[in-house]
Amino acid sequence: MSKSIVIACSKDELTRIRQFVADQLDHHNIPDLQAHKLVLAVDEVCANLIIHANYCDPTNKIELDLQFNPKQIIFTFRDKGDRFDINQYDSPSMDELVSSRRQGGLGLLLVKRIMDKIEFSTEKNYNICTLVKTIG
Amino acid sequence: MVNIETEKKEDIHFIRVTGDIDAGSSIHLDNAFKEGLETGESKIAVDLRELVYISSAGLGVFVSYLDEFELKKIKLVLFGIQEAVRQVFDILGLEKLIDIAENEEGAIAKLNE
Repeated sequence: MSKSIVIACSKDELTRIRQFVADQLDHHNIPDLQAHKLVLAVDEVCANLIIHANYCDPTNKIELDLQFNPKQIIFTFRDKGDRFDINQYDSPSMDELVSSRRQGGLGLLLVKRIMDKIEFSTEKNYNICTLVKTIG
Repeated sequence: MVNIETEKKEDIHFIRVTGDIDAGSSIHLDNAFKEGLETGESKIAVDLRELVYISSAGLGVFVSYLDEFELKKIKLVLFGIQEAVRQVFDILGLEKLIDIAENEEGAIAKLNE
C-alpha cells in the first residue's frame, strides 16, 4: 500500500509534510516514539531538498511516496532540483560543529542514524532519494 | 509554529519555548539567544516542557552557541524535555555537550552550582 503527497519547495510546507507522514504512520500503528523519529528524518530530507537543491523556489515541487510493506517502510522523494546525494556527504563531527559555530550539519547525521538504508538515483529529469526503515 | 517567551527571575534568564522548531522557525530560537547575549546574561535556562518537535535546525542553534558561551563563561541549561524530543538529543549524543535538567528546580540548581 502506498500514499503520496506533493509539496512546494517552501519551508512553510514542512509542517504539512510532517503531519501527512505522522498521520500515515499512526494509521499503520507505528509506535509514537518511532514515528517521531521517522517524521524527523523525512523533515530533514525535505528541508535539505527545499533549501539546498531547490533554493526555496515554491514553483519547484517535491513528491513523497510512502510504501508500507510487512517488514519495512519505504520513503521515496522525487524532485527536479540540483542533485544532492546524502551518501556522498560527510557529516562533520560534533567537535567540528561546536568550534565552527555552524548551525547546519546535524540533519543528515540524524537521517543516517534513524534510517536503515539510504539510496540515491536519477531517472530522466528526476532525483530520487529512497529511505528504508525496517519495522517489527 | 513556535512561540518563544523570555523572563528574568533573579539572575537567571529563562527562554520558554512552545510548539515546533524546524528549518522555518529556528530563527526565532536563534534570535532569543542573540538577545540573551546582547543583554549580557550569564545564566540561561531554556524551558522545553512545551516543545513538541525539534529538527536539526533547532538543535543546530544550541550547538552553534556552545563555543561562545564557554568563552564568555555563560552557563546554559535546558530542562523539561519531552520523551519524544529527548530521544532526538540522545541520537546525537547532545547530553554530553549540553547541560540538561529534569525540571526548572534542577536547572536553577545547576546554574547556581
